[in-house]
Amino acid sequence: MPRLKSPDDLYELREKLKQERDQRHTCVTICSGTGCIACRSQDVVAEFEREMAEKGLEDKVALRRTGCYGLCERGPIVVILPERICYLGTKAEDVSEIVSETLVKGRHVDRLLYEDVETGQRIVRLDDIPFYRKQERLLLEANSLVDPKRIEDYIAIGGYSALAKVLLEMNAEAVIEEIEKAGLRGRGGGGFPVGSKWRTTRDVPSDPKYIIVNADEGDPGAYMDRSILEGNPHSVLEGLIIGAFAIGSQKGYVYVRQEYPLAVENTEIAIKQLEEYGLIGKDILGSGFSFTVDIQRGAGAFVSGESSALMSAIEGKVGEPRLKYVHTAVKGLWDKPTCLNNVETFANVPLIINNGSDWYGRIGSDNSKGTKIFSLVGKVNNTGLVEIPMGMSLREIVYDIGGGIPNGKKFKAVQTGGPSGGVLPEGMLDIPVDFDRLEKVGSMMGSGGMIVMDEDTCMVDTARYYTDFLAHESCGKCVPCREGLRQMLRILDNITSGKGREGDIELLEELSEFLQEAAFCALGSTAPNPVLSTIAHFRDEYDAHIRDKRCPSGVCKDLIAYQIDAEACIGCGTCARNCPVDAISEVEGENTVYEIDQGKCIKCGNCIDVCPPKVEAVVKISSSVLLESA
Amino acid sequence: MKMLKLQIDGQELQAQKGTTILQAAKSIGIDIPTLCHSENLKPYGACRLCMVEITKDERTRLVASCVYEIEDGLVVKTNTERVKKIRRMIIELLWPSLTGLAKEYDVASSRFWPKETECNLCGLCVRYCSEIRKLDAVYFKGRGIDRELAIVPELARECAFCHQCHELCTGGWIVYHSDQAF
Repeated sequence: MPRLKSPDDLYELREKLKQERDQRHTCVTICSGTGCIACRSQDVVAEFEREMAEKGLEDKVALRRTGCYGLCERGPIVVILPERICYLGTKAEDVSEIVSETLVKGRHVDRLLYEDVETGQRIVRLDDIPFYRKQERLLLEANSLVDPKRIEDYIAIGGYSALAKVLLEMNAEAVIEEIEKAGLRGRGGGGFPVGSKWRTTRDVPSDPKYIIVNADEGDPGAYMDRSILEGNPHSVLEGLIIGAFAIGSQKGYVYVRQEYPLAVENTEIAIKQLEEYGLIGKDILGSGFSFTVDIQRGAGAFVSGESSALMSAIEGKVGEPRLKYVHTAVKGLWDKPTCLNNVETFANVPLIINNGSDWYGRIGSDNSKGTKIFSLVGKVNNTGLVEIPMGMSLREIVYDIGGGIPNGKKFKAVQTGGPSGGVLPEGMLDIPVDFDRLEKVGSMMGSGGMIVMDEDTCMVDTARYYTDFLAHESCGKCVPCREGLRQMLRILDNITSGKGREGDIELLEELSEFLQEAAFCALGSTAPNPVLSTIAHFRDEYDAHIRDKRCPSGVCKDLIAYQIDAEACIGCGTCARNCPVDAISEVEGENTVYEIDQGKCIKCGNCIDVCPPKVEAVVKISSSVLLESA
Repeated sequence: MKMLKLQIDGQELQAQKGTTILQAAKSIGIDIPTLCHSENLKPYGACRLCMVEITKDERTRLVASCVYEIEDGLVVKTNTERVKKIRRMIIELLWPSLTGLAKEYDVASSRFWPKETECNLCGLCVRYCSEIRKLDAVYFKGRGIDRELAIVPELARECAFCHQCHELCTGGWIVYHSDQAF
């Protein structure tokens, strides 16, 4: 591999790689993100390799394992370029048909195409699928153009030209100005202006300086950063090197969760390739600028995503937040000036440098520029990764992109911002999604988790779940976070198990305010958000649990019961055979019917699931009190 | 050493750069309650009892006085209603460890479930053992609400015959357990 000694070397290599790519007009791309791998996309790849060799297509058709396509619900995803024919849910068995029909004869395999739910029409092109139509995939688009394990792919699509431009045509001041003008804000949750963070770090008269990529993504259900690192690690690393140049750092770290093995692997490969091409190391592209990167693997603590805790962890200490009265930009890693940004933030940097801050400033809303990637999960038809320009309404995201709520259920709430975010009810669906507006209504952007909840979700149970998560993922150092969350969890446990008392809501509110005021770090001060936002928007559900000992959504096990309607029961006994605790038995009488022993029932819900659809004799009652009186 | 001017509870004073609010207050006889603080150990800022209200550039906020270093022109209030509210809550949450303070803050009982251990997790023994004794025999195990104190089994013998941290202990755990581990 030739070391690139100047930008001209890079441009020359790019032209060569481009020509190589152009020789094979057609390219079959197969999503090899974690979601699709779990759906056996690697079998599909193997089958394509075999089938194409057999048909002698290797010279004409390229095959590429790519990063995440986003529509994870329908993987494995196969997209055939340049037409962008999109096949969903592709299995190894489908491959020979795709090869003989599409690649050889140029015809579509209809049954693998997206089917419009309303019209029943088949959609051929990826971009015409409703899920993609409203998205603006500035960052994720490149996922489909590169094999994350090949730096050559990234260079061929113009990769590292932003770095070359920065190193040879700009100075640090100009880079920071450009980022400031673009209005880029940190994507990790806080939304802090990136340019001003870089400037502060740069201006501290102390050496050495460090720069860190925070890839310790720990929000339940969120996988934006994971998909970027897995699918296009070079975009992050290019942003990192540019950032390092801007702040004057020669040493960077990628702090990535050990639980993300593919992200770790692809980043490791990417760094090795960068070293081989001389894009990191000494005198990068002949500019005189030197920079190296190490990977630091996280040991699985949510709190380590907090910047000062993360720095402690890199130092080899326990990942606990440190006091930040002096900013980490001044005293961070090993007490040296340190700049820490999120994966997605760094991935935005090359785009801004290449296209200019004016271009970037036109995307997004007033104070939130650019796009944001969300992992849209929960009770929504199209779960997956979506990238939208900031300012789009929640309604558009949930209904137009997400395709609405499955099984004809009603929408109840959407939770944004991870465990420290809040829930927003239907009345707030028209709020534009950006940093400031979400915070105003008691939630936050966070790193981009978006969990949709339908009418079957209990909001008290939801608050309990997040509080439980935070109580166990807090570091436990300060009294407010540790003891405050311990008591909040106890109160919520009581409410959801029918032992709630009058005054519990007020006590939760008092503890919440205490945490906001007194906690040591942002994890603690934002921890009450799930409780406060559910109380604000769904207080009636709390009241139902506390006063009526009833869970309106039928979720909290202690407040529901299953019963068999003797009139409807046909005596088939399926429920009794499937009951794990033998709580269902035959009732003696003329007709064979079954009944549930409430003392034995563990409320697993097996009986209601297995009762034949035409019979539906098992019913769920949302109050155990009601049942006793019946 | 540079001297900085500030105001604490209405009193003007001067103190050296690098002084914490807690130290500066003490120097003029203002007592701020603490739990996890010891003059011989590095500031820790975990118990939050010592929180005070500061005003700087017309912005008022709460900070832990044991770690916050004074600045020129800083206005500090150590006993506002906002601060007292926090202290009362801490007293209730750590009940009955701070009963002495409870009287002063008019807290007669706690509304919460009592702690499951006598330990307040203030970390004084852990930090003493690390910073001064340089043994690291006591440590925190687990995180969040599962955090607890533990003694390194291999060092239990030394721990049992040391006892130097006992007088710092705010809850009693290390006093009861340092011998038992051995």
